[in-house]
Amino acid sequence: MTEKQTSSPENNHFLARVYRSIQRDRLPPSDDRGRMKIVMNSLVLHIHPAKVSSASLKFTYTFGLGGLLLLLGSILAVTGIMLIFVYTPSPDAAYESMLALRTEIPFGNLVRNLHHWSGNLMVVVAVLHLLRVFYTAGFTRPREFNWAMGITLLLLITAANFTGYLLPWDQLAYWAVTVGTSLLDYVPLIGKPVIGLLLGGPEVGAATLTNFYGLHIALIPLAIFALVSFHIWRVRKDKITVPRQVNQEANTEKVTTVPHLVSIEFVFALLWLAILIAWSTFINAPLEEAANPTHSPNPAKAAWYFMGFQELLLHFHPVFGAIIIPGLSLLALLLLPYLDQDMNTAGIWFRSISGRWMALVSFIIGAAGTYLFVILDEYWLDLPGWLPFLPSYISNGWIPLAGIALLLIGYYELIKSLGNTNCESRQALFTLLFSSFFTLTLIGIFLRGEGMALIIPWS
Amino acid sequence: MSRLNLSRRDFINLGWGAMGALVLTEFSLAGLRFLSPRAVEGEFGGEFNLGSHDQYPSGSVTPVEAGRFYLVRLQDSGLLAVYQRCTHLGCAVPFDHKSGQFVCPCHGSVFTMEGDELNPPAPRPLDLFQVSINGTGEIIIDTSSPVQRDKPGPDFIVYV
Repeated sequence: MTEKQTSSPENNHFLARVYRSIQRDRLPPSDDRGRMKIVMNSLVLHIHPAKVSSASLKFTYTFGLGGLLLLLGSILAVTGIMLIFVYTPSPDAAYESMLALRTEIPFGNLVRNLHHWSGNLMVVVAVLHLLRVFYTAGFTRPREFNWAMGITLLLLITAANFTGYLLPWDQLAYWAVTVGTSLLDYVPLIGKPVIGLLLGGPEVGAATLTNFYGLHIALIPLAIFALVSFHIWRVRKDKITVPRQVNQEANTEKVTTVPHLVSIEFVFALLWLAILIAWSTFINAPLEEAANPTHSPNPAKAAWYFMGFQELLLHFHPVFGAIIIPGLSLLALLLLPYLDQDMNTAGIWFRSISGRWMALVSFIIGAAGTYLFVILDEYWLDLPGWLPFLPSYISNGWIPLAGIALLLIGYYELIKSLGNTNCESRQALFTLLFSSFFTLTLIGIFLRGEGMALIIPWS
Repeated sequence: MSRLNLSRRDFINLGWGAMGALVLTEFSLAGLRFLSPRAVEGEFGGEFNLGSHDQYPSGSVTPVEAGRFYLVRLQDSGLLAVYQRCTHLGCAVPFDHKSGQFVCPCHGSVFTMEGDELNPPAPRPLDLFQVSINGTGEIIIDTSSPVQRDKPGPDFIVYV
């Protein structure tokens, strides 16, 4: 078809021929067929199918979260590449680069702020994207593996954030990374060699900065790019789930991607770009004093997205807080879609009316229960003290873990006995655990003061 | 033993597959070796000569920042080199002269002057570095590999 067009007599003008060789389809397209061809023939647009379900365009279904992640990734790539040109990854020069960005380089502060806030927002949006997909059953067959890729991407995004965290080489960076990598110390067998490989020496130093720089600007972005391509390709193959009300069939009407989806995406991206630039103009990325390996600040907190784990560590034996509990949670997360037998609820928020109530109740119980446990553990519960004859991995590990597991099993059975399906009960359990982790993160960020003692933030 | 039933085609395919796996293993091992940590001379990790032992009075704790350790001289004039790294999550533990203890600012672990843990979450006493006295009575600290101990004890204390 295209061959014929370019060689047809009315297109023989030289410039027109060059233009046709680049943009093969006539713009603007005159009919739906032309609109679909644009998507098929464009390298960028072909991440979309040619037609999409009109119902799935509803903003309050996807909230544009996946698209927002792509936008944030693009902003991070552009600002990141700009930062490479002014940043020197050595302990003597890194902090100087930060000061230069603040004071000398035109737009330096804006570029750094954009990079910092987009990176942090990416963690939040990735978690929200996961929740959206989970609560609309978007991970059920045939999308199980895409869910696993999404989880891997979330881990890679966290790794990208964590490696970037060290680069300013200020006190915040140095000690957050020291505490963060020391968590690995508790992994049996492979922990120590992995720390050695990551740090490139006995402590966070020049070799660590080189390693993290390489990971942050090359290895992790490449891995994310490759996996995101796979992730989006699968979305295009499987299509996104179509939203519907309880007891309703999905609307099968389809519209062309151009302009219906693309125009929404464009406006959405512009709005978010405006929000991010405004935010980065007025709110600076934190920068503390230059790193000092002989003086830890008080309190020394990990990066905010690790505060839930740091809070876990205050209550459990390190092997449990750092390895067993996060490991089991990750495994459960990956297995979730394979356990799901109910394929008829995809597209319905929380699967059913009862599912909505159970999720709400579970969220409240999870949050309240976690506050209660943290306060009890701080002021009263002292298993290692009460059971001094047991090693601490039993008194502060297996015993509390078994107690919590029993409570969770009891909760699951209770929800099921109220007449909920397996899926609804699992959803309630997931909500309880997520709410609990969310609460631990909040407590770690806001309610922990000097010496990691509980504080009231407004006093 | 049953006769192995392998066609020529299967054998060659298996051979190619094995060679592919071998290449992958070689590249992975070479890559790991390439990235393995290397010691930098003149930095933390080497030997420190702290001079004559009589300049450190009994009951004193002297920080050696470049070596990341404290030289502890006990009341009975025994010597210990205590690594500043908290055994919980790696924070630098300062010595609190008022209480005569090491108090970690990060998660509240407390250690005695000898590095024994008094207060969790630290799982074990502070690590030590090897202390030796050379012929002229100078103290030599080797920071290349910290000594871990599960239980505190007098075995690690060095006397002149």
